Amino acid sequence: MTLRHMTLRRGVFLAGVATLCAWVLVPIYLIMLGAIGGEATVNAWPKPFWPVTWSLAALRQFMNIAGVWMSVLYSVEAASLCMLIAIALGAPAGYALARYRFRGATGFRLFVLLTRAFPVAILALPLAVSFIRLGLYDSPIGVGLMHSVLAMPFAVLISASLFQAIPRELEEAAWIFGCSGPGAFFRVVLPLALPGITATAIFAFVISWNEVFAASVLTVRHRTLTAYLLTVLSESPLHTQFAGGFILIVPSVLFILLVRRQLFSMWGIASR
Amino acid sequence: MAAIVIEQVGMRFGGTVALDGVSLTVADGELVALLGPSGCGKTTLLRIIAGLQTETSGRVLIGGRDMTGVPPRRRGLAMVFQNYAVFPHMKVRDNVAFGLRMTGADAGRIARQVARATALLHIEPLLDRYPAQLSGGQRQRVAVARALAVEPAVMLMDEPLSNLDALLRLEMRADLKTVLQEAGTTTLYVTHDQTEAMGLADRIAVMAQGRIEQVASPSDIYRWPATRFVAGFLGSPPMNFLALPVTEGAVALGSLRLSAPAGAARVVLGMRPEDLAPATERDGFAFKAQVTEPLGSHTLLTGQVALTGQAALTGQAAGGLLRVMVPPDLRPAPGSVLFLRPHMDRLSWFDPASGAALESPA
Repeated sequence: MTLRHMTLRRGVFLAGVATLCAWVLVPIYLIMLGAIGGEATVNAWPKPFWPVTWSLAALRQFMNIAGVWMSVLYSVEAASLCMLIAIALGAPAGYALARYRFRGATGFRLFVLLTRAFPVAILALPLAVSFIRLGLYDSPIGVGLMHSVLAMPFAVLISASLFQAIPRELEEAAWIFGCSGPGAFFRVVLPLALPGITATAIFAFVISWNEVFAASVLTVRHRTLTAYLLTVLSESPLHTQFAGGFILIVPSVLFILLVRRQLFSMWGIASR
Repeated sequence: MAAIVIEQVGMRFGGTVALDGVSLTVADGELVALLGPSGCGKTTLLRIIAGLQTETSGRVLIGGRDMTGVPPRRRGLAMVFQNYAVFPHMKVRDNVAFGLRMTGADAGRIARQVARATALLHIEPLLDRYPAQLSGGQRQRVAVARALAVEPAVMLMDEPLSNLDALLRLEMRADLKTVLQEAGTTTLYVTHDQTEAMGLADRIAVMAQGRIEQVASPSDIYRWPATRFVAGFLGSPPMNFLALPVTEGAVALGSLRLSAPAGAARVVLGMRPEDLAPATERDGFAFKAQVTEPLGSHTLLTGQVALTGQAALTGQAAGGLLRVMVPPDLRPAPGSVLFLRPHMDRLSWFDPASGAALESPA
C-alpha cells in the first residue's frame, strides 16, 4: 500500500469519526447553549458560539418548578426497577440462549424481539385499565414494569451475545477443577461477563429514563421526569425548555462516562 | 493414582454413531495416546471420561469407581484443553491455584504446589501476569501447570500442542514427557499427530470411525499394524501399499518372489518408505522415480513400480504412488529407473477386502 493510500484511508476514517462526534455533540451543545445562555441566546440568530449572557438562571428557574425533584425521584425509581428486572430476567434468558440447545430457541429469540413490535400506543389503554385494576396505575413501579418490557429484548439479546463470546471450555475447565454448575458460573462466567452486564444494565436504565409515552399514559400525579416535563414545559418559555432538556441529558452522559472504562475492557476481552 | 477402565462405551448423536462400544484400559501411571483422524470419536471419548458428556451406553471406571452420574469435579481428574481454557480474568498464580482452592486446600499447600508446578513448567517469572499478556506456548504451560498442581489421579489431555507452531511443539513435547514421567500420573492423551503419539505414549490406541482399531506400544504398533488403516496412519511418509495377485503361494515384484500368507488369492503388500533400499536388477524390482526431494538426512523419492517383462505384459502389480527414503547422496533424475529391494523381515500383509493384517509367512 502506498503512502497516499494510507493518508487517504486515514482521512476517510477521521472524517467518519468527526461526523459521528458532530452527530452526537452538536445537538447537546445547542441544548446546553440554550440552557445556560438565557433568553437572549435562544432568540439570537445566527447562533453565537458562546452564550450571549452567561447565567444559570434558567437552570435554577427550572429546578424551582414545583414537583421537578419529586419527578426526578420517580424517574430514578422507575429506571432502577426497570434495570433490576431487565438484568434479573434478561441475563439468565441470555445465558440459556447462549449455552443450551432447546426446542424453539430461534422462535424464542424472535418472540423476544416481537415484544418491541407492539406499538405502545395500541397497548396504552388496555394497559392503563389493567394497571388500575392491579393498583399499579400512577406509580413509578407500574412505569418501571412497563419499561422493563421495553428494555427486555435488549437485555436478553445483548447478554446472550456476551455469554456466547465466553468460550465454553472455560466453564468446563471450572467444572473439572472443582466447581459445581452455579460455582463455575459465579467464579468464571460472571466475572468475565460483568462489564458487559453492567453496560446492559445502564442501557436499560437509560431506556427507562428517556421513555416518555408510556410514562405519560400510565401516570397522572406521580409523573416521571420526562412525562412531567412534557406537561409543564409546553407552557414554559423556550430557554426553560432547553434547561429541562439539558438536565434530562446530564445523567445519561454521566453514566456513560462512568462505565466508559468497563465498556472498553469488555471490548478488550472480546478482541482477545 | 488410578487406572481408567472404559467398558463398551457407546455414544450416539441422533442417528450418527460417534462411539461404537469402545473398551480400553489405561493402567495406573501409564500414558496412553488416543490417536486418530478428526471425527473418529477420540475427543468425545475423552469428554465422556471427564464427565463433560454422558455416554449412551457402557460405563467408565476410574480407580475402580463407577463414574456413571458422577459430576466432573468429583472424578479426581484434571484436564488440559486444546484452546488452553486458561481463565482470562485471573493471574497465572490464581489460575494454577484454582483447582486447589476449590478443594479447600490450606494456604501452605497451595503455595507449595503452585511453586512446584510452575517450576516444572518454567513459568515462575509469569506468576503475576494475566493470560492476555502471555504467548500461546506460555498459556499452554499455564494450563498444564494448573492441571498438575491438583496432583490428579488421572490426567486428560485434548490435543494440547496442536495450537502451537512446529518448533514450540517439539520443545513442549519434550518438556511434557519429562513432567508427566516425573509426576507418574495416569494420562490419556488425545492427538491426531502420530509423531506426538509415538514420542510420548507408553501405548497408542488408534481410533477410526468410533472404534479402536489397535492398542499397542509405539514400536509394536509401528512394526505390526493390525489393520491397513493403522499401517497407513502411523509413519511419515505413510506406508506404501501394493495390491498383488498370489500365484503358487507367492507374489511377484519384479524379479523378486515374495512368499505370501497362505490361503489368499489377492493380498495387499505394505512396505514402509525407509524399509526400501537400493538394489540391483537381479535382487530388486524396478522403480521409476518421478519426484526427487533431497531432504538432507535422506532423499525422498516419489514414483511408481515400473512394470517389466512378464508383469508388464499381463498388467500385474498394479500400484499407486510409492514413496521411498534412500540415502542422501542418491539423487536420481526424475524419470530414471532404479532397482529397490524391501527389507524382507519388515513386510506387512493385508486382506484387500477387510484391511485386516494377515499372518506373515514364516
